[in-house]
Amino acid sequence: MKIKLVTFGIAKEIIGAPECNLEVKVPCNIGDLKQILMTQYQEFKKLQSIKFAINENYQEDHFLLHEGDEVVIIPPVSGG
Amino acid sequence: MRDIQILETPLNTQSCHDAVADPAAGGIVVFVGVVRNQTKSRKVVQLVFESYVPMALKEIDKIADTLYQKWGILHVSIHHRIGVLEIGEIPVIIAVSTPHRQAAFEACQYAIDTLKKTVPIWKKEIFENGTVWVSAHP
Repeated sequence: MKIKLVTFGIAKEIIGAPECNLEVKVPCNIGDLKQILMTQYQEFKKLQSIKFAINENYQEDHFLLHEGDEVVIIPPVSGG
Repeated sequence: MRDIQILETPLNTQSCHDAVADPAAGGIVVFVGVVRNQTKSRKVVQLVFESYVPMALKEIDKIADTLYQKWGILHVSIHHRIGVLEIGEIPVIIAVSTPHRQAAFEACQYAIDTLKKTVPIWKKEIFENGTVWVSAHP
């Protein structure tokens, strides 16, 4: 199935685009997606942490993804 | 009053103060974040802030919920700026009013500490010879 990735901050520089589509096997949860990204983009392994948001809420590793989901990659935040 | 904004224009301390003013308030604490000119003795030229704005607003709203529930605040105003900021400019203002000062200090401290941990805003430091996304790496 196809999901859409949206990126900010250093994640945008690692992926090289503000958004992109990714083909993943079914079933795929957030934890699986994290592994896929770390394999495809080694730079993600070097980050302090990496979180994910769907519908503007943080989601944990067990969260199951669905066709067409928009997943936002949240690298370590540094506001303030 | 719950005044939460993410702005691309310069922030105004007075407007945050005024947003939380109340005859029942015994104290108003205003935290003003400022762009510092160095990080670990490296000279900072500019900062660039970007945000996932709809989620950032939601996360700041959760912080405001906690301020009302835990500290019984009267009002809160949280403004965060995004875009390019120069040294001395203000990226964030948090104003809290409460009947008694102790709660205002504590609530304001909680708000800025939590904002830095949970709100999807990212800061890039621009040095004379390079750039760094703050906190990205261990």
